Formats: sequence, structure tokens, C-alpha cells
Amino acid sequence: MTSTRPAPGAAAPPAAADAAAPAAAAGALALDRVTRRFGSHTAVDGVSLQVAAGELLALVGASGSGKTTTLRMAAGYETPDSGAITLTGPDGKQRDLTRVPPERRGFGMVFQHYALFPHMSVEENVAFGLEARGVKRADRLARARDALRTVGLGGAGERPVQSLSGGEQQRVALARAVVIEPRVLLLDEPLSNLDPTLRETTRDELRAMLRRLHLTALFVTHDQEDAFAIADRVALLRGGRLLQVGTPEELYDRPASRPVAEFIGRATLVPAVDEGAHAVVSLGGVAQRLRTTRPPDGAPLARALAVLRPEALACAGGEGGDGWPGVVTSRRFAGATTVYHVRLGDGGSAVEVELASADRTAREGDRVRVRVAREPVALVAADE
Amino acid sequence: MADATAQDEGRPPSAAYLALGRAARDRRALDVRLLAVPVVLLLLWTVVYPNVEVVVGSFARGLGLWRAFAASPSDREALVTSLGVSVASVVAATAIGLPLAFLLTRVEFRGRRLLGAVATLPAALPPLVGVVAFLFLYGESGLVTRGVQRLLGLAEAPWTLSGVWAIVFVHAYTMYVYVYLFVAAGLERFDTTLDEAAAGLGAGRWHRLRRLSLPLLTPAIAGAMLLVFMSSMGSFSAPYVFGGGVRVLATQIVASKLNGNLGMAYVETTVLALSAVAALLLLRWLERRRQYTLSGKGRATRRAIRSPFARAVVPPLAVALVLLLVLPHLMVLLVSFARDGAWTTQVLPPEYTLDNFRRLATQPQLWRPVRNSVLMALVATAANVVVCFVAAYLIVLRRFPGRRLLALLVALPWAIPATAIAIGLAATFNRNDPLGARVLLVGTFWILPLAYFIRGVPVVASAVEGSLRQMDPALEDAARGLGASWALTMRRVVLPAARPGLVAGATLAAVTAVGEFVASVVLYTHANRPISVEILAQLRSLAFGTAAAYSVLLIGLVLGITLVARWMDARTPPDATAAAAG
Repeated sequence: MTSTRPAPGAAAPPAAADAAAPAAAAGALALDRVTRRFGSHTAVDGVSLQVAAGELLALVGASGSGKTTTLRMAAGYETPDSGAITLTGPDGKQRDLTRVPPERRGFGMVFQHYALFPHMSVEENVAFGLEARGVKRADRLARARDALRTVGLGGAGERPVQSLSGGEQQRVALARAVVIEPRVLLLDEPLSNLDPTLRETTRDELRAMLRRLHLTALFVTHDQEDAFAIADRVALLRGGRLLQVGTPEELYDRPASRPVAEFIGRATLVPAVDEGAHAVVSLGGVAQRLRTTRPPDGAPLARALAVLRPEALACAGGEGGDGWPGVVTSRRFAGATTVYHVRLGDGGSAVEVELASADRTAREGDRVRVRVAREPVALVAADE
Repeated sequence: MADATAQDEGRPPSAAYLALGRAARDRRALDVRLLAVPVVLLLLWTVVYPNVEVVVGSFARGLGLWRAFAASPSDREALVTSLGVSVASVVAATAIGLPLAFLLTRVEFRGRRLLGAVATLPAALPPLVGVVAFLFLYGESGLVTRGVQRLLGLAEAPWTLSGVWAIVFVHAYTMYVYVYLFVAAGLERFDTTLDEAAAGLGAGRWHRLRRLSLPLLTPAIAGAMLLVFMSSMGSFSAPYVFGGGVRVLATQIVASKLNGNLGMAYVETTVLALSAVAALLLLRWLERRRQYTLSGKGRATRRAIRSPFARAVVPPLAVALVLLLVLPHLMVLLVSFARDGAWTTQVLPPEYTLDNFRRLATQPQLWRPVRNSVLMALVATAANVVVCFVAAYLIVLRRFPGRRLLALLVALPWAIPATAIAIGLAATFNRNDPLGARVLLVGTFWILPLAYFIRGVPVVASAVEGSLRQMDPALEDAARGLGASWALTMRRVVLPAARPGLVAGATLAAVTAVGEFVASVVLYTHANRPISVEILAQLRSLAFGTAAAYSVLLIGLVLGITLVARWMDARTPPDATAAAAG
């Protein structure tokens, strides 16, 4: 499971493809250069992804990034205009699912608004997939009740679905998708409709349950925190293209391109001169030489940006000392840290950086020195 | 009034208003009650009183008349036939409307848009015109009948459009639209993610239909079925023209009245009204039981036909269906240009002329019914607009004792068949008797507008109620708090919010009134005869061309009214409705 970075110096990185994993184990889902157009608008453009068996992959992006369309193609509700969707069966053979309708794919899907059947009770809802598979009534209701116990709703089986809270409805939807022992579980914004207070607990429960059942899962979210909390790997989409796929740490520490750096976490991007394993950032007349995450043998970027994460910066009061000189423009106490905005340099070339520090002493208007306390620092191409 | 005194003093009324709080509100409620009382009284007088008269009249000889009803073979036949025809009509209308709704909302095929545009056409025909068109097409000397006869080389007409099956045929043609509209609306609101969820869980198309679509559509289907049943029970035009010797309750009532057998007429009317009310109560009960909120977040996806056989067969079938639906209108148009008396045994009328229309426009005797219909419809609709706006306002936005009664009164005429309404009016307003709250209206111009008004009350009221329910009730309070008088608030806040419903309801009421036949045929006089009655008279004289010309004119009037309504709707600046709707 590796991520690829664009060829050094390339102006526009090609659609980052998921590097070919070793011969996929059973239960692996693969999307190969999948494209979908709606009229003149290309919603998904040549996206390739691999979800390994038992892996949890998150599709992250802003609205319109193509993540939901990609999920729907994986489920079979949309057919790709080009590209293929394959599943590796238990025998190790790859099955082409591209034109197979949803009812025959054997995937489980949890919809954003749950899509519970309003005229059926909770357990009838959960048993529906089994009913469609011809399981006898007594048997399928028993299995449904087991599934409901697994999600913590044992005993709620005979209630009408309208009597459940949002969080409970989501768990019913989950039980319904899981009871059919799906080959792959697909989730569309599983946490978006929950109260903020409920989200954190549900996040943890969801991940625990998915791991416990060893399910291969692909889910869509616009919230990167959710993605980081639940997924093994994260794929970032923008404008229908895959920007980068990798573990949360990889996306955070080594963004492949400027849009990734801007989307993931908080950062200030400042111009830098790429010297191979190091980069030089000059602000306010002071230059700092920083270790970067770039491979030492790669060709240097012509125009580079250093990705400065708030927690990697430190500031010290006073005029003397190391670091870029600047003035504190705003201060926000946030409990464990205090978030400062510091303007470095003057006039047209001034840059405002955000830094988060445990040190609370600086005040607005203070003259400070900002230096990079944690290295290496990521570097991305400026042209994007 | 608190507001008036405050304004007199020159202080901002809002302060006084708030300061007086409860007391001021109660005072305002008194004004509201002053509005409610006349409306309730008016409706009691025109809607309830006549029906009470009929029921009382049916017991004029104790149970004697009722026993006579039960003993009379013709009456028993009328009741059984009415019920049988209604059930058959429900089956037929559903058999056509249900698949049509699915076809037009779920499947993509060539000609779908055309079929969709035409599918509701039968409902746009005034009832008698529909019957007339059927006569021209499928009657003994009709186009299709003769055509088939010639084609198959038969000596006689292959069928006679007469008897029970003819009535059911006509009902099926006109009433499938109810089923189609109800089910199509239900399907449009259907949350397609439910269907996707079911598919993802492995359910095939038929399983999904059986376990998902049909159960969720049951309220819509049941509602439409009951509507067809009620319309069928009260249907007069089709049995009257095509019944042959067959008796149904509606025709039996009119026959009894014409024979002067008023007591029997009252019993028959009561039976008819009771059956309709029973169906309505069943409908209400069903609606309450199955209240599933279909959130409709899904997109309306239409699937293309996969099977090559179906793909070849469906478009020509659709075209044939379109033709079948449009044919009556075209036929009426054609015959309106036919010379009276010339069309005897030929397939198509042989001679054509503009004379029918010319005579209609120039001869006062022929123009009179048109003038009558338009005038009476205008009067009735104007009354509807005023009374129903007030009633709807009171029902939706105010709380007062008797509000439920008002809501019931306003819905009641919907349950009562037009024949029953007419008999009730004939029984009540047949003499001047101030103590008995009677006015002589029978035989005057005003009896028909009154009948149209009563029929229009539920239509306009429910439309306005619908619009007002979408208005944020706080708007009224906001206006009053800002110092607006009650009159200003009504004019600038409530009325604009009610406008869409008012226009839609008034249009429907006017369109129904201008082509009304069933009540008119019981209550008309020669002086105020409406278009529909005239059409019947012309048919009896075999003046088919003139009858058709009137029909075309009537269709034109319906179109004209609808266009005026559209124009009025278009004139509403979007801000006004948006602001009024909150």
C-alpha cells in the first residue's frame, strides 16, 4: 500500500494512480481508470483505486469532487463510461463487475439518509436482504435480531422505524447491510447526519465493528477528521480526479501536491527554494534552512512551496533570536494550545502564518520570532 | 379596538398592542367570530338544511316510503346496478391508470412525453361533452362503429353502446385519470433511494414492486379508487345517455322527481348520499391509518426498456393509446363542422359547414345558453372566492369554537353527489317562508348559481387552505406588531399568500360550473338553461352538428378560463408569494 507522488518538476501531476499492489487477496475491490460523464461535465475522471481485503478506505473531497459518483459506480447504481470494476473472489480469480446490476453484486450499502423502508418494522427492514435471497421467515428474522444485537438495538425489532432516533436508524441501516454478509460494504457519508455529540462515539463504534467483522469497506465523507479516524487509507478526490491515496499520516506528512496540502489539515504554504534534501525559506529578511521530506536524489522543484503546519512552528518573544521576524496579529486561546496568527515580513511580500503553541505568553501586537521546531517539512510544487 | 386608540393617541400601536397582550387578542378574536358566524350560518343554510329537508322528507310517511323503496324492484335494481357499476368502474379505471402511471414515471421510451401530455386529457372534457363524443365515436351511428362494420362487412352495427358495459366503458375512459394522477404523484414523491437500497440488498424488480412500491403506494391507490367509486355512484350523464333501460340511483332520482314522486326521490337521494358519505369516511380512515412520510430525496430516474421485444412494441402501443385518448376531442371538433341532419348512415359526416357556429353566434335563442352559463358561473365563482377565502382563513389561521364545524361544512358538499344537492335545493327553496328560512329560488335564475356555488365550496376552500398552510402564521403577528390594521394585514399579507390557491380553486370551480350538467338538468328552467342542457336538447333533435358546436364552444370556454388563470398566476411577482410564504 504505497502512495505515489508526481514526477519531480512536473507542472501538473497525472491522476495519482494507486500503485499496483501485490496479487490482490480474496475480497479485494479494484476500480481501474473509471470515468463517468454527465452530459458535458466529467464527474469522475480516470480514477483508479484498490481496496484490499479487510481494508477500510475513505473517499474524501469537497462537494462536486466525484466521490459519491465513484461510490455509486462501485455499488452499481451508475455504470462507468470507461474503465472497469473488479472483485477478487475467494478463489483468487478476478470477476469483472462493471456491468453487473446492484442486486447481483452482493455488496452492502448504507445510504446517507439511511433509506429504511417506512412500512416495515425494524427487524423486517434488517431481514429484507435475506428475504430477497430466499431465506425462510423464521430463520431470517432470527438472523436479523442477532444483527440488531450486534449494533446495540436488540429488542427494538418490532418497533416501527419512524420511532427511532437518527443514530438508531443509522445502526439499523448498518445492521441491514451487514447481515447479508456482503463482499464489500459501501457507506455514503455515514456520519454526516448525526448530532455532533453522537459523531465521535459512533465513529469509534463504527471502526471497531468494521474491524471486528473483517469487512472490506469503502466509504465517502467530506469530513477529513472522520476519514482519519475510521479509515486505514484515505483517497483524496478533487474535480473527479484522484489527487493522492495513502494512510492518513502519509497524506498529512507528505502531501503529493498543493491541493492536497491545502485540503488536509491546516497549513500555511510559503515560497521556498528547493535544494534537494533541504529547502530555504526566506521571510522578513531571514532565511531558514529546513529539512524536507523530498527524496534526496530527485530533481529539485523549480517553484516550490513549503508546507508549514501550525504545530510545527514555535514563536519566541523579543527581537533577538532565531527565526523569522514578525508581529502577532491575532491570538485565540484554544485550551491545550493557543493559536496565533503572525505576520512575517513587510509590505507586499508579507506572509501570515498560523501557529499553535502551548506557550500562551505572546499577545497581539508583540514582536516575535517564528521558527520551525519540527522537521522535516513537506514541499510541494507551486504550480497547480 | 386597542390599535385604533393607540393610533389616535399618536403612539406606536405596537407598544399598545403588546402592552394589552391577552386582552387585545381576545378582542381581535371577537372580530374574527363576527366573521365566522355569517359564514357558518350561510353554509348551514345552503349545504346542511337542504340535505336535512331531503332526509326528513324521506321519513314523511314514517318508514312507509323506505319500505316502498325496499319493496320496489326498480329501486332495488337501481341500487344494485349503481354499486355494481361503481365497483366495475373502479376495477377498470385502476387497470388502466395504475400501469399507465408506472409506465410514464418509471420507463423511458419514445413518445413518452407526448403520451404524458395527453394522458390527462379526458379529465379536461366537460362530462356531457365526453358522453357526446363517445356517442359520435362508438354509438350506433358512430365513426368507429360504422368503420368496424364496413371493415368486417357486417349488416348491422357490431355493438350497441348501451347498458351496463357501456356505462363502465365511459367511466373507465374518464375516471382512469384519477388513478393515474394519484399514483403518478405518489411515484414522483417516491424516495428512489429506497428502491436503490432494496436493489442493493438483492431484491429483483418484481420483488421490489411487490414489497416496496405497491405497499407504499397503497394510500394513493386506495384514495383514487374511492374517488372513482364516489364519482361512479353519483354519475348521471353516462347512464342517462348510454344506460339503455338500465337504472342507476342517479337516473332513478331524476325519473322520480319528473314523475312527481317526490317522496321516493327523497329516499333514493338519501340512499345515494349515504353511500357516498360512507365511501368518504372510509377514505378518511384509510388516509389516517397509513401515514408514511415519503421524503422524496431521490432523483426521478427513468429506466430505458431492455427487452428488444418490448422496445419494438411499446412505442406503437403508446401512439395507439394517444390516439384513443385524443379521438373524442377530435371527433367533437369534426362533427361541429358537420351539417345538421346530413350525417345518417355514412361513416363520416358527408357535408361540412361553418353554419353551426354562425347560427350559435347570431341567433339569440341559440346564444342564450352560452350567456347563461357564463353569467351563472361568474356569479357562483365570485361568491365562492369571497366565502371560501374567509372560511379557509378562519380554518387555517384562527382558533375559535366551531372551527371544526366550519371545516366539516366546507368539505361536506364534496361527499354529496350533485343530484342529491339538486334535489335538496328543489325540496328546500321552493317557496317563500321566512319563518322556515326558505326563499323561493326554484324556477328563478338564482337556483343554478346556488347549486354551482355549493359544488364549488370544497374545491375553492381546500385550494385556499393548502396555500395558507404554507404561510408562516407568524407573518400575521409580525404585521400586526408593526402596527398594521387588520384590514391592511389581510390585504397585504394574507391575501397574497392565499392567491395561488384562490386562483387554482376558482379556476376549477368556474370550469366545473360552466359545463355543469347533473344538477342543472334537475333545476333548470327554459330561461336560465345552461349549455349542457342545450346540448342534450340538440342531441334529442338529432342536430348533431349544433350539439357538437356547443361542445367545442364549451371546451373553448374551459381553455379560456384556464388561460386567464395562468395569466393571473404569471402576474404574481415572485417576491410577493415568497415573502407571503415566509
